[in-house]
Amino acid sequence: MAKADFQVPKLKQYAEIPPVAPGAMAHSAPFKSKPEFQATLGFPGELAPDWQRQALDKMGDLLGRYRSLRVYLDSCVKCGSCTDKCHYYLGTHDPKNMPVGRQDLMRKVYRRYFTLAGRLFPKLVGAEDFTEEVLADWYSYFHQCSQCRRCSVFCPYGIDTAEISMAAREIMDHIGVGQKYCNEIIGKVYKIGNNLGLPGPALADTLEGLEEDVFDDTGVEVKYPLDQEGAEILLVTPSADFFAEPHVDGLIGYGKVFHEAGVSWTLSSYASEAANFGMFIGSYENMRRVAQRIREAAIKLKVKRIVFGECGHAWRVAYSFLNTLAGPWDFLDQRYPIPQHICEFTYDLMQQGKLRFDKSQNDDKVLTYHDSCNVARASRMGDRPGGQFDIPRAIIRATCNHFYDMDEETIRDRTFCCGGGGGLLTDDLMELRVKGAQPRVEALNNLMQEKGVTHMAAICAICKSQFTKVLPYYGMDMDQIVSVHQLVSNAIILTGQDEEDTPDAGTTEADYADEAA
Amino acid sequence: MSFLSDFYAGLFYFAAFVLVAGLTNKIIQYARTPAPLKIPTTPAPTTRAGVVFRITREVVFFESLFRGSKWTWIFGWMFHFGLFLVTLRHLRYFIEPVWLPIEMIQPFGIYGGIAMVIGLAGLWSRRFLVDRVRYISSLSDHLILALLVAIGTSGLMMRFVVHTDVMRVKEFFQGLYVGQVNPLPADPLLLLHLLLVAALMIIFPFSKLLHMPGLFFSPSRNQVDNPREQRHVAPWARRLEQK
Repeated sequence: MAKADFQVPKLKQYAEIPPVAPGAMAHSAPFKSKPEFQATLGFPGELAPDWQRQALDKMGDLLGRYRSLRVYLDSCVKCGSCTDKCHYYLGTHDPKNMPVGRQDLMRKVYRRYFTLAGRLFPKLVGAEDFTEEVLADWYSYFHQCSQCRRCSVFCPYGIDTAEISMAAREIMDHIGVGQKYCNEIIGKVYKIGNNLGLPGPALADTLEGLEEDVFDDTGVEVKYPLDQEGAEILLVTPSADFFAEPHVDGLIGYGKVFHEAGVSWTLSSYASEAANFGMFIGSYENMRRVAQRIREAAIKLKVKRIVFGECGHAWRVAYSFLNTLAGPWDFLDQRYPIPQHICEFTYDLMQQGKLRFDKSQNDDKVLTYHDSCNVARASRMGDRPGGQFDIPRAIIRATCNHFYDMDEETIRDRTFCCGGGGGLLTDDLMELRVKGAQPRVEALNNLMQEKGVTHMAAICAICKSQFTKVLPYYGMDMDQIVSVHQLVSNAIILTGQDEEDTPDAGTTEADYADEAA
Repeated sequence: MSFLSDFYAGLFYFAAFVLVAGLTNKIIQYARTPAPLKIPTTPAPTTRAGVVFRITREVVFFESLFRGSKWTWIFGWMFHFGLFLVTLRHLRYFIEPVWLPIEMIQPFGIYGGIAMVIGLAGLWSRRFLVDRVRYISSLSDHLILALLVAIGTSGLMMRFVVHTDVMRVKEFFQGLYVGQVNPLPADPLLLLHLLLVAALMIIFPFSKLLHMPGLFFSPSRNQVDNPREQRHVAPWARRLEQK
């Protein structure tokens, strides 16, 4: 079990709503961004003497540019429906982690400076001056929101705290108070092309290694091409897919699916990143600049289609925003969705009967599926609402014999965030990440007890990294989290594959017994 | 006597003006502010008609609140539906002749008034009993509840305890349409009731009561889920593209 210098929440059989513990997480704040990272993104390096005026100017600007912000700040009636819905509240008990508590950090400033009631009677309506203490609270608690939108599902007006925390981060960036993790990473994308700073040659190397591995494994020459001009499909995937476990097993799976589909595809070293942290910091301009790289790569490589790999917030940006930020996509093949999710791609092939699976290859696992927040509540797959829930499950059921869903109240659009989304996947927020994972891990733990579930599949790089890191704090194994396309990769029968590699169901158990011995 | 009537006449002209002008101003502000990105909370409808259906369910049944908190939903829905019936019942003071449906709804308006006060009491008690809701409640949240409870109970008392001359009340409001101040009965309960209603009208555009227009403008509820099919660009974002 991983060691912690804080109290790891106890997992219970039934979810409990904790009593409020004011200030419980007031000490939590991520490292601040250095001036050089700020400059790359077009933000000032540090707090100026007139920061308050600058911040209020920016707030006024955003209020005029985002209807969501304006309407959400006005509309809350403090009904309390959201108060027990945030995983960070449930895990930390800090009332400023209740969605409304978090929103109120901005709402009280909004009321003070932008509403008549707050100007005249601040005490009465809970309005407050924008002081340094308030700013410190902003920095702390707007970096305790993973922008997962669970609160917005239960709000009678659809108030989405993600919109508020994005705006708050944008305001803070504009007065020189940025977060190191996000801003440094965005800088790497501009400079090198991906979050991890993997240069082109390193990518080429990795992909070549994958080709060898797959060949050794299956005897089939599956290609993992990079910068191949004229390929039909550009695959844009989170850079974690290039080397980290279990991400890379997913990438292997995408390649096998493309191989069976018989389409040419390529990765791009220039747009070697699906993630777009511009969204996390609420910066339209930076989000657009990152998204434009994909457009440029698609034009340069003369591809006809764009497919996204398994990544939650990237899929939100891709599905919901890419057309806005980097469209119009009139030069791509209009017969396919633009962009398309790898799960949609795989599912389509399954529907056409073009993929053959040997489910028994995953018989060492009993699976469940974690709906990643941005896929679940901020995007779609397929042509029907809810496809984002059904398509990944259909893929898992087609590739595995043993699958169970977690408690209904913790899946689909009510899914709990992994605890590491929204730009919080950094070691300086470890306590928050572990505590925020509690509701999800609790539901997983209950299913492990009831159904003997061993693994949880996900389609988000952040979820995968987060669970790999936090599951050990709860006494679980880091490799209990797997990629959906890792399951596809295990089960897919490639054309021309050595027959002995695909044992029929009858021999499987014996095989595993051998391995165990 | 005529001072009172004059005062109330002036008050209601002012309150009506503030309510209408303030709300119009807010609605124009909401409508003019662009929503630069597609952010419906999914699963979301893929058609306009679907969105109309979604918003209707929110307005009529408080669907999301139902999923979020059953107690708040029960009390909140009782209050709002009660208030709706009460408003319909009160229309008889403001129209002449009274439409048949409004005449038929009269007895239900009384039940509505009772439901409204019970609902408010439930909502208010949550602000004391549930620690999370207590934490987020500010003075204004309590005062708005107090205002509504006082409006409701003063109204019910006029129905059940101390009657007032409703025909003269009607004449008073009918007179306001044509700039004529007819005498208002000087019953303390009635005067209190009307004073509080005017106060409610005046604070409406400056308070959380803006949740009423807000719901219709909430991008997470009113957007169609079709970003891949239709390009959505705000005017200020289009200017970035010309750079």
